Amino acid sequence: MSPLKHTLRGLLLSLWFAALTFPIMVIKVNPVEGTVTWRWQNALFVAGGVFFIYLLVQLALRHKAASKKAGASDDTGEQESFIHRILQDQKQKYLLGGILLAVAVAFPTFSSSYQTTVMTTALMYVVLGLGLNIVVGMAGLLDLGYVAFYAVGAYSYALLNHHFGLGFWAVLPIGGGLAALFGILLGFPVLRLRGDYLAIVTLGFGEIIRLILENWGEFSKGPSGISNIARPGLFGIELSLDSAIIYSYYLMVLFVIATIFIVNRLQDSRLGRAWIALREDEIACQAMGIDKRKTKLVAFSLGAFWAGIIGVVFAAKTTFINPASFTFLESAIILAIVVLGGMGSIVGVILAALILILLPEYLRELSQYRMLAFGAILVAMMVFRPQGLIASIRRTYKFEKPAPAGKPR
Amino acid sequence: MDYFIELLCSGLTRGAIYALIALGYTMVYGIIGLINFAHGEIYMIGAFTAYIVATVLTIYGFPLLAIVVLAGLAAVVWSSAYGYTVERIAYKPLRHAPRLSPLISAIGMSIFLQNYVLLAQTPDFLPFPTLIPDFPFMEPIAHIIGSTDLVILLTTTIIMIALTVLIKGTKIGKAMRATAQDRTMAMLLGIDVNKIISATFIIGSALAAVGGLLIASHIGQINFSIGFLAGIKAFTAAVLGGIGSIPGAVLGALVLGLTESFATGYVSSDYEDVFAFSLLVIILIFKPSGLLGKAETKKV
Repeated sequence: MSPLKHTLRGLLLSLWFAALTFPIMVIKVNPVEGTVTWRWQNALFVAGGVFFIYLLVQLALRHKAASKKAGASDDTGEQESFIHRILQDQKQKYLLGGILLAVAVAFPTFSSSYQTTVMTTALMYVVLGLGLNIVVGMAGLLDLGYVAFYAVGAYSYALLNHHFGLGFWAVLPIGGGLAALFGILLGFPVLRLRGDYLAIVTLGFGEIIRLILENWGEFSKGPSGISNIARPGLFGIELSLDSAIIYSYYLMVLFVIATIFIVNRLQDSRLGRAWIALREDEIACQAMGIDKRKTKLVAFSLGAFWAGIIGVVFAAKTTFINPASFTFLESAIILAIVVLGGMGSIVGVILAALILILLPEYLRELSQYRMLAFGAILVAMMVFRPQGLIASIRRTYKFEKPAPAGKPR
Repeated sequence: MDYFIELLCSGLTRGAIYALIALGYTMVYGIIGLINFAHGEIYMIGAFTAYIVATVLTIYGFPLLAIVVLAGLAAVVWSSAYGYTVERIAYKPLRHAPRLSPLISAIGMSIFLQNYVLLAQTPDFLPFPTLIPDFPFMEPIAHIIGSTDLVILLTTTIIMIALTVLIKGTKIGKAMRATAQDRTMAMLLGIDVNKIISATFIIGSALAAVGGLLIASHIGQINFSIGFLAGIKAFTAAVLGGIGSIPGAVLGALVLGLTESFATGYVSSDYEDVFAFSLLVIILIFKPSGLLGKAETKKV
């Protein structure tokens, strides 16, 4: 298409969107005072924004087409191949890991306790993302009620601590185990379902858990929640608030390292490969002799286990929980982390969790647009870049170059 | 006995509204096999558009009849436009992608639309103007069935009949059924499949808008988040009846409405939504193909 035609199409699109958003963006009524505010400037913003986005998309498409024509091996960006190259080289991988670890360990020494708290939250989402990544990314089971397991972990610590005075370390395995148990309980009957039905059932399950927590006052103290939950203990030493924050930060660093290690090992294990096979083609996978049910259940309960553990940490860190922390939006954020990072890609999920959690913290004034951006990101990622920020590397079999003739092997 | 009939009526009313939304789900699912997660938001936008238009016209002093007609028309037009646009942006590019991709895209769309209305309008609950007056002839039985309920039931019945005629009797309905049955074959027979899919979204959205308008005037208040719950419940209804089947959606919606109404009336109103979700989970476990749906066998 010629540039003129492009401009015309862009203008038409702008007009369409301005008309589409007209009632909601432009008119604002106040039924009590009986006044109508016409916000015409908003229509202009919408039209301008749409035109701009249209131009960007066209530019990106043209760039993509050009690079394809030039014969580039694939249409992945330069930066991505850079990261992949580092990841594939053992030495560089360890070097990068070492640097990141050093920064993570030194972080509380050069930042305020507020920033440490924010970082702790981000690390929690890293682990949550990695946990959901097992279920969604590797095994291909879309779980929209992941937050339910998180809630199970948080509430098991809060209640056990409140009623029986159990400590953090004692409840940590219990919380994880309970969440895993819930995962199996839910998983058993519903894993026969096809992908999209499964998504809706898990969503319903998440909502049921939240509604029960909200309405069953005698059990969970209802919407007012449970407060004064004990912070994690350190061999019985009383910690001041500041050192407790730093302590929970280091705990999370440990958890993240442990999770990365375990998930990484899982990915290359027999089980991990079974998950990936299941994701790619269920029928072929069954034909290869993989027990579909068992494999799915393990994925479900392992993912839930991680959510439960982080739930315990969450309750211990904030010392207060209520059902409002466990809404569907929370599940959606974790899902956004997995999708944005690249389903199945560990590095991608870590990066996405840090971006999605830290960015809104530091752009406070924009934080009300956070959910809007999440929604838009989910759509845009699916349409333009389904493999995520950093696509997971598929194990490929490389043929060795044939040995030169005449040389004995 | 009065209480029983009252619950029956309120259950039927609820069911009728769920049916209007469920039809959108079931039609879209039947034709492209996608759970249109953003459908609840289309319904919410319909209610909001109706609210805005009705309030503006009330302030400018229009007569009630004109307000009802114009607000309803605006809701239908804009909802259809939103439905069409959402399909073009979020689903059309993903027609040949793996199954999960359009679903995630739909979830993203739903979150986006909710927050768009939240930011552009308000997070508070808004009072919806009374569009349906209390008819004098309903006076003697007003304690059992209100005028709004009557209007809802009548409107829904008329729309259902019109929809059945459209699907069974017109050319576009025939094309829709053909596309639902076999998209490739429909294409080979000269049906513009993309246009048919767009038309499905537009019809579904228009129905949802009517549902939004009716329920908003029934409950009397709206909020940016009403779409989520209504969407899930309508989806439950569609699955209950057998997703993809149009009479199934109506039947499922009525069953769901009655279940909810009786459960809240006789058991407890705290767990109203838990009943709906539990019903969904139970159906999917024991009869995933629904009441009127056909079991799908997958061939390799």
